[in-house]
Amino acid sequence: MAAPPDSAAIEAVYRGEAGRVLATLIRLLGDFELAEEGAQDAFAAALERWPRDGISQNPRAWLVNVGRNRAIDRLRRRISLRGKLRLLAAEPPDAPQPAQSWGNDEDIPDDRLRLIFTCCHPALAMESRVALTLRVVCGLEIAQIARAFLIGETALAQRLVRAKAKIRDAGIPYEVPERAILGERLAGVLAVIYLVFTEGYAPTFGDEPVKPQLCEEAIHLARLLDALLPDEADVEGLLALMLLHAARLDGRAGADGELLLLEEQDRSRWNRARIEEGRRLVATALRRPAIPGPYAVQAAIAALHAEAADFAATDWRQIAGLYQVLLRLQPSPVVELNAAAALSMVEGPARALHLVDALAARGALAGYWPLAAARADLLRRLGRLEESRIAYGEAIALARFAPERRLLERRLGALGSISPSRSAPETASG
Amino acid sequence: MQYLLMIYVNGAQMATMSADARQQMSEDYAAFTRDIVASGHFKGGERLQPQASATTVRVQNGKTLMTDGPFVETREQLAGYYVIEARDLDEAVSIAARIPNASSGAIEVRPIALMDEAQLRAYGRAS
Repeated sequence: MAAPPDSAAIEAVYRGEAGRVLATLIRLLGDFELAEEGAQDAFAAALERWPRDGISQNPRAWLVNVGRNRAIDRLRRRISLRGKLRLLAAEPPDAPQPAQSWGNDEDIPDDRLRLIFTCCHPALAMESRVALTLRVVCGLEIAQIARAFLIGETALAQRLVRAKAKIRDAGIPYEVPERAILGERLAGVLAVIYLVFTEGYAPTFGDEPVKPQLCEEAIHLARLLDALLPDEADVEGLLALMLLHAARLDGRAGADGELLLLEEQDRSRWNRARIEEGRRLVATALRRPAIPGPYAVQAAIAALHAEAADFAATDWRQIAGLYQVLLRLQPSPVVELNAAAALSMVEGPARALHLVDALAARGALAGYWPLAAARADLLRRLGRLEESRIAYGEAIALARFAPERRLLERRLGALGSISPSRSAPETASG
Repeated sequence: MQYLLMIYVNGAQMATMSADARQQMSEDYAAFTRDIVASGHFKGGERLQPQASATTVRVQNGKTLMTDGPFVETREQLAGYYVIEARDLDEAVSIAARIPNASSGAIEVRPIALMDEAQLRAYGRAS
């Protein structure tokens, strides 16, 4: 026999299997809390047994069998404590048959897809869906989630307990939805994943300008979903979009940590492998027979930015066209603003300013600094420097993060030194 | 599982319905109820008299106190209910969505905490 495995090797095996083991235990036991306790017990047992006997040939089957047996023991103790053995008979139909056990990892179906759909069920509040998915599907610690969403650990733990209780008591199914509602439910799952990503990419909580871990968790989730539910154009589109954005995260800040405009970024710092993967995925998504979804269209826009050799070589005409498609699919004031910025590179700043002013007059983006910054930029390009200064001042007053404010101050400072001319627009992220 | 489907409607809106609309609503409820009886989901259900007919009762120091009106006065009032048998929340929601007032009011879906045999006996409800 080989040398006994150390705890690091055991932990690595466990980390690889934990998600699937927990998902299967939830199906077998019909109870999130009990399954989590069982999974923890199984890991503790592995740490005790495997250093002596070697890592099981079928670690997943071993962990599921041990986890289920320990959970049933817990259930029995709990029930006999209350003197209510009959409750065992009232457990869900799939429940505990300790005699049955798996020999091979391959015999155990992958239950993670149903786990994702249950955690993202629309009968749960959005913040519960996000917290539950990160905790149960991604295996993040409560402290990590609490930090990312600026919520107390106790409050978050209570929210998770309430969400699990609702799943159990309200009969939220532990199933992949049937075809008739799959599309709608899948859209809900993708919304949760994208919310995790955007909180990482452009945080709305806390002082960090970026939370890369959330971006990585979202990409990991989308990859898992794409593997479990292949050939779904919307999943491919969202994964592509996140890869293409994340690929450029490293280029967004300069050596001194300052935010850089798209035109100022060192494109050699972009992650080529991710850009290539994103481009391939977006092409696949767009070739599928269904009408392209908003994620795929946004990914196509991101791909055009990512593949341009430099800022001047950007295919603005196609980007402006894609924004028109996106406006029809998913009309929103933010999309209108981006569409106007793209249009300014094709038709010039005058027409774009007209659109942006009309948007501002509607008041839908009141308090949104990128609107003021876009106006400032268009005014600058039209040579209306005094108005541009005022608009930059408004944007600075509205910006929440120091790096954003410094970027805007830098642009405001540069106004004094430039003469009115046709130059590039300022998009910090593309 | 069993679910209580509570039908909330806007009282003012109901009061201004035309006779034809009322007739149509009544036929829609009849058709819906026939459907869920036939499919085996129906366990019970009734229409309630208007909120104005409600009396709220409290016992304080052994004295029964009555107040005129519902426990909580709201614009949307409880107008009726169904009790249904459903596989899970998804099925319960799909049935609730077919209730005629789902499009003008709102349906609250509440799981019922069912008793087991021993509890039913203890409560004198065993069949």
